[in-house]
Amino acid sequence: MESIKTLNKKRSGPVLFSEYKQGEGVKKALEMGRENILFELKGSGLKGRGGAGFPTATKWMLSAASNSDKKFIVCNADEGEPGTFKDRVLLLEYPELVFEGMIIAGYTIGAKNGILYLRGEYEYMLKSLEDYLELLRKDNLLGINILGKKDFNFDINIRLGSGAYVCGEETALIESLEGYRGEPRNRPPYPVNTGYLGHPTVVNNVETLASVPHILIKGGDWFRKHGTDKSTGSKLFSVSGDCEKPGVYELSWGTSINELLELVEAKNTKAVQVGGASGTCLPKSQFHRVLGYEDVATGGSIMIFNESRNMLKVLKNFMKFFVEESCGQCTPCRIGNTKLLEAVEKIENDDFTFLYINNLKELGRTMQVASKCGLGQSSPNSFISILENFKDEIFGSKGKGRKNG
Amino acid sequence: MLVLEKNALSEEIESLVNQFGKDRSALLQILQAIQRKHKHISDFAQQEVARMMDIHPVEVNSVISFYSFLYSEPKGRNIVRLCQTISCDMLGKEKIEEAVQRELGITFGQTTKDKRITLEYTNCLGMCDQGPAMLVNEKVYTKLDPETAINILNSIK
Ligand SMILES: Cc1cc2nc3c(=O)[nH]c(=O)nc-3n(C[C@H](O)[C@H](O)[C@H](O)COP(=O)(O)O)c2cc1C
Ligand code: SF4
Ligand code: FES
Repeated sequence: MESIKTLNKKRSGPVLFSEYKQGEGVKKALEMGRENILFELKGSGLKGRGGAGFPTATKWMLSAASNSDKKFIVCNADEGEPGTFKDRVLLLEYPELVFEGMIIAGYTIGAKNGILYLRGEYEYMLKSLEDYLELLRKDNLLGINILGKKDFNFDINIRLGSGAYVCGEETALIESLEGYRGEPRNRPPYPVNTGYLGHPTVVNNVETLASVPHILIKGGDWFRKHGTDKSTGSKLFSVSGDCEKPGVYELSWGTSINELLELVEAKNTKAVQVGGASGTCLPKSQFHRVLGYEDVATGGSIMIFNESRNMLKVLKNFMKFFVEESCGQCTPCRIGNTKLLEAVEKIENDDFTFLYINNLKELGRTMQVASKCGLGQSSPNSFISILENFKDEIFGSKGKGRKNG
Repeated sequence: MLVLEKNALSEEIESLVNQFGKDRSALLQILQAIQRKHKHISDFAQQEVARMMDIHPVEVNSVISFYSFLYSEPKGRNIVRLCQTISCDMLGKEKIEEAVQRELGITFGQTTKDKRITLEYTNCLGMCDQGPAMLVNEKVYTKLDPETAINILNSIK
């Protein structure tokens, strides 16, 4: 995969893409001690980058407080949200940050084992990641008495997924690691108490973990300087679709959609889908909105559509995705997504009433509250936002979204 | 299946169980290893896994049926998966689709008569900035145009 690596070289950014020397973060962590790590992390305001935005320090504290002889750190590298590819870049170009984040997490909560759950689609990275782990073992960043710290033993192994988007949901991921169908569990109990094989487990996104070494080295206050009050630090955005410069960008939280569009040289933009298929679709009138937990929250997928695109076709692509990827465990999601896809097809064929469409939007709202996991809770987002924000295109007199679209 | 082949497969599964362990948490890894080598997990293989790991064969089958990269039916020697998600679609996925179907004389979901290639669709491969993208077994190819896609397919055995 050399070609992919070189294509993406020479990155720069405020946090993740700033200077870093391998081993620095772990060394600093061991000097600081557990309490100070948690303190610094809390001070940084770091929130989970996998989408849900749960405060990382709180998650680590809860599992540090759990009494158990066995604990686990799981790095969630299932990256399957359509339009997301930032974890790919971190794993290929910055494995030191990801793995050191896991080692630091292990030290902080008292875990001896780390697992990287790598989506099956990324199997081509397996060899280079395994080789990198070997290097870390040689440098005593993994193994027994890490960097001379007595009784700090930690190692990491990599487990592959097998092509199921829902396994990115943390409890489904744990089911999958345990050798079962990747069906989400009811929460509570949460993985921090009852996780892998029943032991306390921290599940963090690749980007969350990769941020930790930088925070320890440069401090929580430094991290806070980037971003906004509620959304501290920076974020990796995976940008694809209609623009001159697609790719991964590290930007401070608080950047507006307009600013981002300018940066990636997007022209004649009609719509921006933020957050992947489970996210929302913004029309031009909302491009002033800013990326951050207080406004447009996202795991970082940005898909750009220009004036020539048919938004109904876009929506159909998303709904097909959910019908395929629903685990089928609960009715609102299993049946609901099929109904929403059916509705898109009916609109395409000009075979619908507005009463029917309104009923289906209502169904979407029911799914948002009644589904068991985030998949079914968020799959109606595109349906509702596209049909509402692009109603002129889809239902208007020009009816561009109909029949021959 | 011939008795000899069955014995060989049993031995192979036994060594996988020894390698990964008998715990339920090893199941997916064992199934992935069988899938990688044989391109599917046959009824017999499923029974053997179940027997050696002390779980019900129905359980093994239900795990296989859940994951889109595991198959209980025979597939081609190479599995080609074209990304069908929107970013690749906008970058010309349809042209690749048409070209490979024409070249191989099969449609997606089918396997060539000589069992060389199975064509499948897959969802976002995390290469949306470099689409259209496709996987050939575990290898990823990006920025495809019809000609390169066909050259890639023609070069695999
Ligand atoms: C359907 C679904 C898919 C998900 N996929 C991912 C994923 O690929 N990567 C990820 O980090 N989190 C994913 N999540 C979120 C995880 O459940 C979990 O919140 C996250 O891994 C926690 O890490 P963080 O706190 O560092 O963000 C997904 C959630 C749902 C509902
Ligand atoms: S919401 Fe969908 S994916 Fe989640 S548990 Fe229910 S059926 Fe499965
Ligand atoms: S849309 Fe094809 S790789 Fe993401």
